[in-house]
Amino acid sequence: MSNPPKQMFMNWEKQSLEKCKRYQKVDPMENYVRQSQHLLMTIFAVFLFTSLVLLIAGAPPFAAYFHIFKGSLGSWNKFAHVIKAWIPLTLCGCGLLFTFRIGLWNIGVEGQVMMGAVFTTALLRFGVDSCQAVVFLSVSLLAGMIGGAVWAIIAGFLKAKGGVNEIFAGLGLNFVGQGIILWLIFGPWRRPGVASMSGTETFPIKLWLPHLASMRLSPIALTIVIISLILTGLLLKYTRIGLNLKAIGNNPNAAFLYGLKPGRFMILAMLFAGGFAGLAGGLQVSGVYHRLIPAISSNYGYLSLLVVMLSNYNIWLVPLVAFFFACLNVGSIQLPMVLQLDSSLSGVIQGALVLATLGMHSWRKRWLQNMRPNA
Amino acid sequence: MWIELQDIHKHYGPVKANNGINLKVVPGCIHGILGENGAGKSTLMKILSGFSHKTSGTILIDGKAVNYLNPAQASELGIGMLYQDPLDFPLLTVLDNFMLGQIKRISGHRLAYRHKLLELAESIHFSLHPDTWVKILTIGERQQLEILRLLALGIQMLILDEPTTGISSAQKETLFRALKKLAQEGKSIILVSHKLEDVEALCEKVTVLRQGVVTGEMHHPFETNRLLEMMFGSPPKSLSRCAETPGKEVLAMNRVSGSGGRTGLKDCSVVIRQGEVVGLAGLEGSGQGVFLRIAGGIQRLTAGSIHLIGRTMTKQDHHYFQRLGVAFMPASRLEEGLITGLSITEHIALREKQKPFVVKWQRTQRLAGKRIKKFRVKGLPDSLVDELSGGNQQRLLLSFLPPDPVLLLLENPTRGLDMESVIWVWQHLYAYCRNRTSIVFSSSELDEILMVADRVLVFFNGRIIKDVESSQTDVHELGKAIAGKV
Repeated sequence: MSNPPKQMFMNWEKQSLEKCKRYQKVDPMENYVRQSQHLLMTIFAVFLFTSLVLLIAGAPPFAAYFHIFKGSLGSWNKFAHVIKAWIPLTLCGCGLLFTFRIGLWNIGVEGQVMMGAVFTTALLRFGVDSCQAVVFLSVSLLAGMIGGAVWAIIAGFLKAKGGVNEIFAGLGLNFVGQGIILWLIFGPWRRPGVASMSGTETFPIKLWLPHLASMRLSPIALTIVIISLILTGLLLKYTRIGLNLKAIGNNPNAAFLYGLKPGRFMILAMLFAGGFAGLAGGLQVSGVYHRLIPAISSNYGYLSLLVVMLSNYNIWLVPLVAFFFACLNVGSIQLPMVLQLDSSLSGVIQGALVLATLGMHSWRKRWLQNMRPNA
Repeated sequence: MWIELQDIHKHYGPVKANNGINLKVVPGCIHGILGENGAGKSTLMKILSGFSHKTSGTILIDGKAVNYLNPAQASELGIGMLYQDPLDFPLLTVLDNFMLGQIKRISGHRLAYRHKLLELAESIHFSLHPDTWVKILTIGERQQLEILRLLALGIQMLILDEPTTGISSAQKETLFRALKKLAQEGKSIILVSHKLEDVEALCEKVTVLRQGVVTGEMHHPFETNRLLEMMFGSPPKSLSRCAETPGKEVLAMNRVSGSGGRTGLKDCSVVIRQGEVVGLAGLEGSGQGVFLRIAGGIQRLTAGSIHLIGRTMTKQDHHYFQRLGVAFMPASRLEEGLITGLSITEHIALREKQKPFVVKWQRTQRLAGKRIKKFRVKGLPDSLVDELSGGNQQRLLLSFLPPDPVLLLLENPTRGLDMESVIWVWQHLYAYCRNRTSIVFSSSELDEILMVADRVLVFFNGRIIKDVESSQTDVHELGKAIAGKV
């Protein structure tokens, strides 16, 4: 229908214009509503699936859900714990949005969190005897970002220049990162007298990120997360970086012909991902544990991969899903005590979530494809 | 096999791709479906082959209403379709591809299938070696393989969607002879095309579609003017040619060789001048693609040197070529030309000359609306490019060309477009050469090259074997050169 008579063409244009106007006004909201619907349907499917698993395991599903709920949102203190888990999850999620956009599977995000923690610890160690704690605290967070970024750029560089798959490089670097942490804890940074799995020596209180006394929650960390979210959203939506990442992610060959350098942007995306992950690691050290411990990353990196996938790469859903995951993580600590269930149930639920999401996602894609006109 | 389509509708949202189509196909007859791009031919055929679902309507086979949901069920009923882009597995051999979809048990008897393949190929004079890799076959040969595979499945009704696009004229003859033979054997054949000459050469009956409805039917012998009228409503305008005297040297290649394609490029020396329109002719993969890619700096040369407006460019990359005003448009639209998943507006933003850090989306959207109008792309600024039809994608690609290039390198710029669109495209391109831009393009249509180019380079086996002014030559001479005879 490349050459319709004038009348039809004009009609078409009129329709297009009307549609454009509608798109400009309602589209983001409509999109958000549709995505939320999708999310609700997914969650419903997940609850069905997990209830089945719970029944097979011989546990009453509703009691289990109730205890998870109570264990995560039952008191202000527990809520504070949930937020503590939410902070690194959301930060890593922000970073991963950049790498997913360009089509990279930054599985090395876990190692990037670890290296962020290591760099932050290293800097804070210099500050133990100093009286300018504030300076050291802020510089240490910056160092954390650099640490994560360095670790990410290694993988990005291998990918862009050497063609090494970023999944393998990232996974390898995760092991190296874990090795470095253990070596530091049992070697150069060990506690005077006795080296132990409980980590390095705790920093003096002046080097702790200031927190609300009653809730052990740092408003600074919260502010950082919110700024990160807004920054990521703006960068991806309104700037050339976001557009270029998307273009390269969808078709690197065409993007090259359009004058973009895919390798450079891959490294840039990794830089962002590593920076945010490193920041998460730094906050774990200065805001939560106040020392370096072997499990400093607590698998939040890996978990954040699931968070981003479940939110369908939509930045405004990332904090919601991260919150949900944090609740599951914190709430399931209750399960062994009250229901004699294993706390790994939260892992089962999270796994089921991802499976159900991917299932729903492909179903939705097929549905959209059926709606779509073609030649 | 008698097939009757009654009142077939296919709607995609507000777009009515098929709007009440009636069609009767009788056995032993080659039935042509004619129409320009987007007339609804492909949609109708996809419905008939089970690839997509109709919105409403009835399909009768031998008088009985049938309802099938996918190509597998359609092929059980005896309907098979040869798609525009062959659906095969390039990494497998011819025999493996042939066996796919046929084996019902866990393993097939390779020897038996080998004999079957050779026997079938023999019967319709196709020459395919069972052990060749599919990835090194030409489009025409891959098409032959697909036809053989469909025949082996027991197809009674064969649908061919634009089968003559991108194949050589020798392959076309072989194909036509085979189709006539199959029709004599009592098979029904539907040929979908926008090329009048193909339909006239082959079909006994033709149905013309325009904008989703049947505008007419005609039996052999055809009246060309009547057919054109049914296709376009009014006969298309012809092209007014620009007569520019070639100016200064723009691109010079000196004994350039390169790899890639089937034959690579060997020892090529050529000079392109300002304002010249140069057509590259030759069988697909004879070196034209490599030539264009080397001329655009996308591919490195293995020997020789290349100069652009006096500068040596031998070691530069495509982005440097771009900065000097070279624009390249690839043939594969969705692999290299456009970015699936991105909207028209996003494409425009990517191609903008000024690249501010913050993208001005509203402005870009208005710009996209203007481009859509100017280039007659059927779509919205927010449409994803993969939702557009082939012809519209091509027009969109053309709209991305920079406003003041020095050299345009176009790989099959009018592939898949109907005559009217071809003329429109060239009118647009001629505006460039009035501003002293040089255009180098490849095309599989000799007529197009003769119509629009000032100069023709004929490629054979990776070499330029003929370099001639288009006014000094004709179809026969070029045809011979394409086959390697100078």
